[in-house]
Order: sequence, then C-alpha cells, then structure tokens
Amino acid sequence: MEKCDVLIIGAGPGGLAAAVGAKNAGADRVVILERDTSAGGILNQCVHDGFGIIRYNEQLTGPEYAVRAVREARAAGAEILCGHQVIRINDDRLVTAVSRDGLKTFSAGAVVLATGCRERTRGMISIPGSRPAGVFTAGVVQNFVNVRNIMPGRRVVILGSGDIGMIMARRLTLEGAEVRAVIEVLPEPAGLSRNVSQCLYEYDIPLFCSHTVSKIIGKKHLRAVEISELDDKMKPVRGTEQTIECDALILSVGLIPENEVAETAGVRLDQRSNGAVTDECLQTSVPGIFSCGNSRRVMDLADFVSQQGELAGRNAAAYLTGAEMAAWDESRGTSMAKGYPVPGTVTCTLCPNGCQVKWTEEGYEGNRCPRGEKFAEEERTSPKRIVTSTVRLSGGRLLPVRTDRAVPKESVRDVVRSLRDLKIEAPVKCGQELYRFRDGAGDILTVTAVADVSGPACAQI
Amino acid sequence: MDGVIQQSDILIIGAGGVGCAVARELSRYRLSVTVLEKECDVASGASGRNSAVVHAGFNNKPGSLMAKLCMEGNRGFEKACRELGVPFRNTGKVLVAFDEEDIEILKGIIDQGRQNGCEDLRLIGAEELERLVPGVGGIGGMYSPHTSIFDPFAYCVALAENAAVNGVRFRFSSEVSAINRTAEGFIVRTADGSEFRCRILINCAGLFSDRIAEMAGVSGYHLYPCRGEYFILDKVADRLLGMPVYPAPKTGAGGLGVHLTPTMHGNIIIGPSAEYIDERDDYSTTAEVMDDLLAEAAQLMPSLERRYVIGNYAGIRAKQAPPGEGGYRDYVIREEETCPGLIDLIGIESPGLTASIPIAGMVRDIVGGIMPLKEKDDFIATREMPVRFSELSEAEQKQLIAGDPEYGEIICRCQKVTKREIRSAIENPLGARSISAIKYRAWATTGRCNGGYCLTRIVDMLVNEYGMKPEEITFRGRGSEMFSGEVK
Repeated sequence: MEKCDVLIIGAGPGGLAAAVGAKNAGADRVVILERDTSAGGILNQCVHDGFGIIRYNEQLTGPEYAVRAVREARAAGAEILCGHQVIRINDDRLVTAVSRDGLKTFSAGAVVLATGCRERTRGMISIPGSRPAGVFTAGVVQNFVNVRNIMPGRRVVILGSGDIGMIMARRLTLEGAEVRAVIEVLPEPAGLSRNVSQCLYEYDIPLFCSHTVSKIIGKKHLRAVEISELDDKMKPVRGTEQTIECDALILSVGLIPENEVAETAGVRLDQRSNGAVTDECLQTSVPGIFSCGNSRRVMDLADFVSQQGELAGRNAAAYLTGAEMAAWDESRGTSMAKGYPVPGTVTCTLCPNGCQVKWTEEGYEGNRCPRGEKFAEEERTSPKRIVTSTVRLSGGRLLPVRTDRAVPKESVRDVVRSLRDLKIEAPVKCGQELYRFRDGAGDILTVTAVADVSGPACAQI
Repeated sequence: MDGVIQQSDILIIGAGGVGCAVARELSRYRLSVTVLEKECDVASGASGRNSAVVHAGFNNKPGSLMAKLCMEGNRGFEKACRELGVPFRNTGKVLVAFDEEDIEILKGIIDQGRQNGCEDLRLIGAEELERLVPGVGGIGGMYSPHTSIFDPFAYCVALAENAAVNGVRFRFSSEVSAINRTAEGFIVRTADGSEFRCRILINCAGLFSDRIAEMAGVSGYHLYPCRGEYFILDKVADRLLGMPVYPAPKTGAGGLGVHLTPTMHGNIIIGPSAEYIDERDDYSTTAEVMDDLLAEAAQLMPSLERRYVIGNYAGIRAKQAPPGEGGYRDYVIREEETCPGLIDLIGIESPGLTASIPIAGMVRDIVGGIMPLKEKDDFIATREMPVRFSELSEAEQKQLIAGDPEYGEIICRCQKVTKREIRSAIENPLGARSISAIKYRAWATTGRCNGGYCLTRIVDMLVNEYGMKPEEITFRGRGSEMFSGEVK
C-alpha cells in the first residue's frame, strides 16, 4: 500500500489544476491517477483553439492547454501515474487502481474526483429506426478524426448543436466531408454563440432548430436520416418529415458527469444530472472526498474546470491540516453567451463574455470593454482566424498543429489543404516550427506543433 | 473463395442457437460437418435478440413438441452451461396477476404446466410477490422456480467453438443462393460462388427456413416475421430485480407479453412487443412501440425510470401462425418425405434456445436413421469459460496481471474489460472479425457509454496490432463498414 496526502483521480484540466492547488497549499505527496496512456484528458483531442482565454489570457488549442497544465502540475511536484484505472474507493479513502503493474492500493488523506464526463448516446435518447454502422457520438468522432486519423464518413448529419457538435461540423468540413445539416431540438442553438458563427455560419452549414432526427434509416449501414419539425411539446409534427441522405450521423446531445468511481465511495449524486453533490467548498457527501469540473457539473470552458480544480485541490490540502477552506463562486463558469448570435453583430471571442458587438453610424456598441471594439472592427474589415488542424506523422499518427497567428478568414481552407500532404517525422516538441509559407497577403505564416511526440508513432504529451 | 468445392457428410444452414447445437451434437460422431451462415457470426438472428430466459415449459400446449423439448431443455440447461462455460443463473420467475381474471388464467397455466411435467408451479399472494420481487405491482401471481437466465451470445459461441474444436467447419458471410438435389445428396451454392456438397442437409435457417426448404424443392411452409422491440436498462438489476417478471398472458397473444428480465450482466431488459411486419430483416424500433413498452413496464414495476435506459434492440420471431390466427404453431422437425436427406426445422421460435439441445438430439436421431453414427473416441465435451476479469477476486486479478500485463489495461471502462480479454475476442477460434463479434464475446461497448470510451481503443488495436485498414472494420460484416477511411 502506498500513502499519499492528496490523491487525484483524472489528469484532465481539473485534476492537473487540483494537483497544483494541493501542492501550493502545502500538501506533501500529491498523486494523480490517469486511466489513459497520457495526461491531458479530452484536451488532447480538442485540436481547435479557444482554450486559455481566462487562465492564460491567450488563444490556445486544447493540446497546448494540456501541455501547460501538465507542466504546471509537474513543476508543482505532483506525480502523474498514467495507465491507472481506479476501480474503487472504500470507506477509509483506500483507492484501488488497476494497471499493467498490477493492483495498487493508495491510502489517501484526501481525494479529489476529477473524472470528467461522458456523452449521452443514441441508446439513451431512443431515436427510432434501425441500428446500422455509421452512428457515432461527437466526442468519439473527434477522437477518431483528430487523434487516430480515421474518418467516420463523407456525408454527415449532426444531431445536437452543442459545442462539440458544432466544432466537429467545422472540423469535418475542413477535412473534406460534407456536413449536410446540424439538427437541434431546442428553438435556439445549444452551444456558445461564438461557435454558431465561427463553426456553422462561416462554413454555410444548415442549422435546423426545433427539429429532431425522427428515424434512422439503413439496415447494415446508415443510408439516411429522417428529420421532423417539433411542436412546442417537443413531439415530431406529422407531415414535416424530410429525408437527408448521409453516411454518418453524429450525436452531440449532451454530457453526463462520470461518477462510477465516486459511486463506489458512496458519494451522493444528483439524481437528475448525475453530478457529484458538494458543499460550497467542493467537498462531497463523503468527508475528505472532493469533486470538481465536469464530474461535478458540466462546464462550458476548460478554463473554468481548471479554476475549480485548483480550488478543490487547495481545499483537499486544507482538509488534511484542518485549515479553513474557501468557497467556490458559483456565478463563475456560467457567463458564456449561448444561442443564436444577435443578427448584425459580431460575437467577440476574446473573453468568455462573448459580447455581441454592433456597428452603427456612431461607432460600436454592445462591447463591455475597449478590446471588443478593436475585435469588431477587425471582424468587419478583415476578419482573421487562427488555423488549427493536424498533420500526419510518419507511422500514421496525427500531430495537432496551429498557425502562429490568425490568417485571413478566406484562406483558412487553403491552409488546411496545404497541411494535408505534409509529412513530419517524430520526435516533435510542442512549439516546434514545422512549416513556413506565405499567405494570400504575402505575409509569412508559421505552422507549429502543439504537442510533444516522443518517438515514432507514439503521440504523447 | 470463389468456386471452392467442399464435400461433407452434413451441411447445416444457419448458425443460430439451433444450428450451433446441432453442429455440436453431430461433432460427437465420425462425420464431416460444415455450417453455412449468411451473417458474419453466430447468433445473428433471433438467437441474439431475445429475452435471454431459460423457459420452464409451462407456456406450451400439452403434447406439443414445443412443450416436450422445452421441458427437456430446461432440465439439462444448467449442466450444458457448466460443460460449455456459459454464464447461467437459476433465478425463478413470476407471472403477475392484476385482477381475478388473471388469477384464473394463471390457474390454467399451472394446470398446463403440470400436464407438461412442470410440477412445482404455484400461485402466490401479494405478500409473497412483494417478497420475491419487491416493488412489482399486482394482487398476486404465479411462481416458477425452474426458470433461469443465461447469456445467449455466450451460449451460441460456446456451442460453436466446442463444435469447431471437434472438427466442425464454420463458414460465415455465406448466404445460400441455390440448392440442387443429386443422387448422392445436395449441391448448395452460396452467393460468393462457392459450392458445397453434402449427403444430408439440415435446415436451421430460422426466419428463412421456409425459403431454404423452398430452394431444396419443399414448398408449403410460410413464416410470418413478428417483431419484438426491447429496451435495455443500465445495471440496476442487482438493486431492483432478482428474477424475470411477466404479466399473466392474454389469450391468443403471439408472445409472452412485455416483461422485465434481469440479465447475466446486471442489466434489466424490457420487452418484447409483438407486431407482425413485412420485412424479415427490419430490426427497427419505433416511437409508438417504445412508448408502449415503457408504459407496460411501469405497470409491472412503477419504480422503473426512463433515465435508466441505455439502449434498444429488436428481434424477429419466425412464426408459422399468420397474423389473423395468433398464438403458436408447433415446431416442425423432420426429414422431408418428398426430399430424402433434407432435415427441416421450421418455426423454431421461443422457446427455441431452451429447447436447442433436445432439438439437436432429435436431429441426431433422424441423421442416425439415414446413416450409421459412430461416436468419436476423442470428443471433447467441455469448453472453458473465457476469463472475465471484473468478476474475479482481487487475488486472482493480481495473479492474472502478473502473468500478462494486458490484464492490467482496462479498455472498456463500463464493463471493466481488459485488453487481454479484447485480444481473446479478436482472436476467437471461429475467426469472426467484426466489432459485434468482439462486443458479444468480451462484452465491451455494451455499457452505459455505448462504446464511447472503448470503441476508439478497440479500433486502435485492430488497426495497429492486427493490420486492418479503417475501412475494413465492420460492425456486423460486409456492408456495415464503420469508417470511410483515413483522414489524411
């Protein structure tokens, strides 16, 4: 049996920040157990940008954010054990994990659950019709497309306008698929306004709100979906059916806090959300066990998860010494603008406020700070985007990459296309320059790796 | 395999529970046996889409083959599962009465059961009902102690693997396209152009057995597909349901009524509906039936919640009774007088899996009447149960990981399936290579995340360790390709 002060389950943004929080608050031995082969959690498959605007005041991609979070946890002195799946926690905070080295039991002074969330599935929402190949959840597709170099299909329909769904709509479009429709049961898009404008509008992807997939068609393989309009009781309206031919249906229909491990410890869960119930200091119903991030309540941004994780780690350390714990400010983590962008406005993406800035004869309005005006001015006159994508490493694995700065919006597709034929040899370091070229305006652009890859065909943070 | 000609004594068409049981039974004898299956794996039809219950034999008409074979099957089932390493549990079962009329129906069933040799059925009052199955509504019911649950996939796989170990050849993705009778027996052609010659042809084609009979020149059978839809609930059975719960049956119904059944894996299944349909391979679920299922389930057990649902499926019954008639017609199991050497098994609907081993015995006797049967000296009667890491003690788990570190890598987090178990499933002795083949052997992807965690990892193994291209990976054989190819 191994002893540690604070044991953290999960090395995503919440767990990594919890380690920093615990170490900074004086905990001696802090261990993170991660079931995957590398740390970073789902960030590793989120190759798009939009991370870090709060925590680092920068536009980072998911893998870059992960690299920083891992470095910070290591620098603080936490141990990260990958390939360790926790199978149970007992009454005395004895935590048992399975790994290639065998069954290990840790005796922890305090535990932080940072186990993230899982996706709602087709089975849970009971879409009528057949059960063919070609139906996936968005996160699974994101993993296949961005990490494993596997394309789910070429003609895609997405059910659900959650953020992952919209981000995958753009990603698949850039990789050459035709996204034929995004279907949303609510009257408004479910995800962030910035994603509606940047992922759907900019790529002319049709969005059908107050609609659902009423039938899945195709015996062995998906052939089409039938969509229907919904009435105000969310029931399909007869006579509104349309058939859309497609070979992949991607579901982005919600996230559920993942709490299997918490359940083994007897942690009380919210019956509706499945999130761990905590007090304002993030302590669960079991003393000494804390919960943070998406396993507590699904959050919009990784930045919020990190902030909350750090506090959970700090409070876990305080639990050990009897020091005073601090409360989480529940108003944080819910401020992002969602739904349809206001027509005629620009959604500022520089901070989570997502101000809807409008240009009038008198100037700009709707922005809460001067940066919003500058942003809107650029959006109006020469909109630019950071390009994020992947390149193929020799051996077939993918390396996430980004441009060093924003490029004119209209050249995004060209940049992604030019990366398709690029072949890179591992090892690669995060931040390493891979490729330089001149964009449409004649400016030199640099494409850099956003993850460390240690050896050939072995993507690792 | 185009143009391959294979000769065997016996050719079995269909690798459902019955086809596999017949294959395994005949593998005791010095015969060459080949099984043709149109799908990519065993149990791809009704055998893999049912309630997973070992029936006690009280539902069927006294004197019928159904009743006789079901009774025999029930008596020998536990032993067979032990021999073959198949998960099985004797749970008992209750039929619930909601009114006095139901009680009268149940009295009739007890009487019918007695005539069939099912002796220990008894009426129970509301109190005992509550004790046996807490939370189930009703004024009383009937208790059947000999009803059990099992894993039907594991059962078919085990029968087939044991048959294969004893020399039976299985050919998957081999749909029969023509049958010709010759002086020596039959020539059977498959859609891929292969040719199989045999002396005796055994038609275990389930829902398609009437068509196979027709191809062999025996007309007059007609099967009516009758679909049953199901819900799968999360692993709440340990907490909520210890044994199958059925409503008292309604007269003339073509099924047993919507019931709740705990599975060997701890889930609860709700279903099936009964609806005659036009197409024999339309496994769709429908909004209307799904609503009805939940309503009927809630009548049996008011505490069941919609949020426990993690999936749906549908099965199709091979009914001889047409829609207007309803109910059941008896099994047909015989060598056709007009087509010597052809053994037809027609209309083997529920309780076909329970009865599968006695059915195989009957077929063996028919074969024995056609050609002499000599037992093998080296028949291997047993098969070891595959390792289920999650069900072992800590000490056993430690020992396994020490011997092979792949037991320490959990690939399917819902069901705690290790990489080593996935590998065994990929390298299964029948050579079935699809996501569903892995799913039903290792039980990965079947949990509440529907493969959200493990599918990417299983595909990774297939691509990086078994050299498959992404576009070669199928869910259930050709036509169900999972992916369109590489991204770049």
